[in-house]
Amino acid sequence: MSVSDTHRTIDAIWRIESAKLIAVLTRIVRDIGLAEDLAHDALVIALEQWSQNGIPNNPGAWLMTTAKRRAIDLIRRNKLRDQKYSEVARNTDLYTEDDMDHNLDGEIGDDLLRLIFMTCHPVLPQEGRVALTLRLLCGLTTDEIARSFLAAEATIAQRIVRAKRTLRDRDIPFEVPAGEELSDRLSAVLEVIYLMFNEGYSATSGNQWIRPLICQEALRLGRVLAEIVPYEPEVHGLVALMEIQSSRFRTRVNSRGEPVLLMDQNRAEWDQLLIRRGLKALDRSQKLGRPFGPYSLQAAISACHAKAPTAPETDWIRIAALYEALSRVLPSPIVDLNRAVAVSMAFGPDFGLQIVDMLGNESSLKGYHLLPSVRGDLLVKLGRFDEARKEFEHAASMTRNERERELLLKRAAECNSAH
Amino acid sequence: MRFMFIVKATGYSEAGGNYNQKYTDAMIAYKKSLAGAGVLVSAEALHPSSTGIRIMYPSDSEKPEILVGPFLADQELIAEYTLIDVDSEADALNWALRMPVPTGCGEFKIEVRKLKKNLGFLRYSGTCALEADLKDQLSMLKNF
Repeated sequence: MSVSDTHRTIDAIWRIESAKLIAVLTRIVRDIGLAEDLAHDALVIALEQWSQNGIPNNPGAWLMTTAKRRAIDLIRRNKLRDQKYSEVARNTDLYTEDDMDHNLDGEIGDDLLRLIFMTCHPVLPQEGRVALTLRLLCGLTTDEIARSFLAAEATIAQRIVRAKRTLRDRDIPFEVPAGEELSDRLSAVLEVIYLMFNEGYSATSGNQWIRPLICQEALRLGRVLAEIVPYEPEVHGLVALMEIQSSRFRTRVNSRGEPVLLMDQNRAEWDQLLIRRGLKALDRSQKLGRPFGPYSLQAAISACHAKAPTAPETDWIRIAALYEALSRVLPSPIVDLNRAVAVSMAFGPDFGLQIVDMLGNESSLKGYHLLPSVRGDLLVKLGRFDEARKEFEHAASMTRNERERELLLKRAAECNSAH
Repeated sequence: MRFMFIVKATGYSEAGGNYNQKYTDAMIAYKKSLAGAGVLVSAEALHPSSTGIRIMYPSDSEKPEILVGPFLADQELIAEYTLIDVDSEADALNWALRMPVPTGCGEFKIEVRKLKKNLGFLRYSGTCALEADLKDQLSMLKNF
């Protein structure tokens, strides 16, 4: 194997192993910044030794042993100076590293979970959580994160430094929250994962390969989480949602890089394996026997589209019911507008319009251009072109997005010629 | 959110000199602590206004008038700026108050201003996904 081959292989190993290394090291040294440094030290040693002697049979265990030894050396050096560290050292298994595989599932899984709860801790601002999670749990470099978010590398680097410092200064414990705190903290973790996924999924510009990378990492992290907390329905719900959305990845954008709407996508090209995985995850969520939360509901809606052989065969009655349920657990104008359109598809535009008109009285929706825009579409369906034109013009006056405004004015003009 | 600390020029800075070694050292340490806390975006010092050029557009003319420095010190000239990215206004003020000040050099002025645009890199959220779903549904509504 050439040196560059070895380096590439080590990169791949690092991507897989780094989160586990950092998680276990954080348990030992109680500081994620220090844990990351120690894990990197182990990587540097690996690069030197493996280039000469070849890659060992179990590279993950090798890295873990090397990193743990360095952690324990560090603790010993600090022993005289710091009583707290020496206590940690005493409580750490020093030489059980060799039967790593033995406790891979249980103990390391627990450490990973603690690490996720730490990087998604509510003391950190949302962006700090995302950057730190991508860095420590997904093993992405600062440069990769920066390119994915079209941000300056220095900005991301500073976010990460700040997040680590906040965790240290606030003395955030390395633990899985218990009792009532667990569900709140878990939803913060799911939010970070979904944010990462959306960031990659919604983007149509930017680097062609790095965007899907973020989606993949979010999906992978979701799957890992589903294995370590299998009793939480929303974890499976989120995984299901991401699997099903990912199944349409190839068909979402055409060869010119322009977005393709669901209706025009070639369903034969949807990834059936991902759809099956998604449906299975949704099933796991359902089998836990609790009412569906927002992720499971959105996954169930997405599943309706995935299961329809052609667009006209979509089960709109089920989708309308799912949006109704979603509007209860996740009250939001955008959910209600989706519900109105689904109801129109299922029962006719009259019923959809009734929902939109009820929304129109809510002051929170004033200035939201999608409200008149959807109303316009429903009025066109009912042949009430004059009213529809007014709605499109109204919507056009509310949006700040130039392209959207043009589109809405075009719709308004079409209403004139429809007479 | 981003904030700019604008250090106003003084007679000393306009004369092109450094205040004193103690201040310079304190400023280096301050910037290090900003970077260490992960809040520093950029920090730059400007040459005195004697190297500056002003482009003036008189109110009744579209033709620019070029003025060369130095400019009058009472016009709130800028000597340097530091751009930071923090989570709250209180944090920004806290950092601004820790900025070193040269002693024995007369009045010294630091202005704290909030930048209009957030540095935030998370432009999309769950709402964005739901809006995309709405677009998909609307396209079907139009066609069936």
